[in-house]
Amino acid sequence: MNSQVTAEDQLARFEERVARGEKVEPGDWMPDEYRKSLIRMIGQHAHSEIVGQLPEGKWIPYAPGFRRKLTLIAKVQDEAGHGQLLYRAAETLGKSREEMLEELLAGKAKYANVFNYPTPSWADVGVIGWLVDMAAVVNQTMLQQTSFGPYARAMKRICYEESFHIKQGYDLVATLAKGTPEQKAMVQGAIDRWWYPTLMMSGPPDNLSAHTLQSLKWRIKTKTNEQVRQEYVDLIVPQIRALGLTIPDRDLKYDEKSEHWSYTQPDWEELKRVVNGDGPMNKERLAVRRKAHEDGRWVREALAAKRKEVAA
Amino acid sequence: MSTSDGIPTQALETLLLALADDELMLGHRNAEWTGYAPLIEEDIAFSNIAQDELGHSLAWFTLYQQLSNKKPDSLAFEREWSDYTCCRFVTYPKGDFAYTVVRQYLFDEAEQVRLRAFSLSPYEPIRDVSAKILREEAYHLMHSQGLIERLGDATEESHRRMQAALNDAFPQALGMFEALEGEDELISSGIFGGNAKLRDEWLGRVQPVLENATLLIPGAPADFGGRKRNHVEYLQQLVDDLQSVYKIAPGAKW
Repeated sequence: MNSQVTAEDQLARFEERVARGEKVEPGDWMPDEYRKSLIRMIGQHAHSEIVGQLPEGKWIPYAPGFRRKLTLIAKVQDEAGHGQLLYRAAETLGKSREEMLEELLAGKAKYANVFNYPTPSWADVGVIGWLVDMAAVVNQTMLQQTSFGPYARAMKRICYEESFHIKQGYDLVATLAKGTPEQKAMVQGAIDRWWYPTLMMSGPPDNLSAHTLQSLKWRIKTKTNEQVRQEYVDLIVPQIRALGLTIPDRDLKYDEKSEHWSYTQPDWEELKRVVNGDGPMNKERLAVRRKAHEDGRWVREALAAKRKEVAA
Repeated sequence: MSTSDGIPTQALETLLLALADDELMLGHRNAEWTGYAPLIEEDIAFSNIAQDELGHSLAWFTLYQQLSNKKPDSLAFEREWSDYTCCRFVTYPKGDFAYTVVRQYLFDEAEQVRLRAFSLSPYEPIRDVSAKILREEAYHLMHSQGLIERLGDATEESHRRMQAALNDAFPQALGMFEALEGEDELISSGIFGGNAKLRDEWLGRVQPVLENATLLIPGAPADFGGRKRNHVEYLQQLVDDLQSVYKIAPGAKW
């Protein structure tokens, strides 16, 4: 046997690798904290895809016209596919999909807060596809650089598909914005509802806590929450205005000096409340997922029994 | 009324609408699983099948449009619920997953026999569309038959549910083969051999698969009515949902 490698050596080597921009693969040595952070992050991301099917999926039966109905089903199906891909990435770190799902349904795991808001109109479908997915892509483009290989690769594929969702969302919003007065009112209402929840998506302001610093050091994340949010705002504001729609922020203005849009911060107290379960749709979302999970239990059990039978 | 090559136009229109309406309703029903299926893989599968069925509906409506000059969206999203000519089978609620699987399997087998018949038809447009759809249908059948085989006798509960689903679905499925208005003309012009013939071919395919999965075929009579626009009220609710946004501003771009 070679001389014993101390824990400090291992950590130092790991940090050097990561600093060089190398990818960490599932079989590689990694600090426990790194593994835990990634399981939590990827699991939350997977849950977000699965729960995120619901607010838009609600509108599938009502989608107007063949084209919209087909693209909406395809989009919500993509979210399921992303969930599948992400659970698989998290499973490489040693936690099963079933375990992760049980945690979600028990209310022990988090998912993207934005999906705890309701979708009362058809226009919400367009605004989610455009704004929510744009904010998500800005974050996920950053995550393509993450140090954990399976997550980075999953992000590449997911961003590629999300780019179509953004186009479809934009097309829907633009169509309504140029439509009848009812259609215009519908889409403006949706922008008003979703503006602040989408700003919250990149997370609370960075206080550069130990946690954030550690994530940056290990290149789990490569940008701060504020950087990600600013990128989203700079991208989306001119596009929304170009459609003749307004953004519900009177203080929104372009700052020539910094070349960024300055905006009003969302209500971070609201984020806390909603994350902790007290949002408009938290209970409903989990209740729906729990029912689907329970209703489908016999199918999963039957398929597992059959697999055993075939293997025997 | 007939086309220059002796195809009876009116009977053909009746056929195309029935095909388009069947696919529209089943596609709509299957998409009700998107987000709610028992496992992610089935969520993806049924969402995919739903898109295919809706795509087939669009293809049949597009053929119909060539004869009638009516747009697919207006045919699907503007008619009264009592004007559709889908069979009742495709209009029933999605039920539990067992019912959805059994319905899909029985429908997929019917697609096999009818599309194979149409792909020999002298009317080129129907022949081409059928050949194209058959390619996708091969995957649907592989999927639904695989689930029948696996769920039919896997556990006590899965067997009980699958048998209950078949008891409901089988007589309804026979309703797919209700004779169409003007069917005699379609037979004599060689478009297909008629629904009675399709039903027999279909029975020959489904019986061994169901038996093999330990499922007993019930003896109840066929649930006819849909082709004569005599629907069950589930269709009214379905159509209300289907058209609810479209009707806010009919004719507007959505």
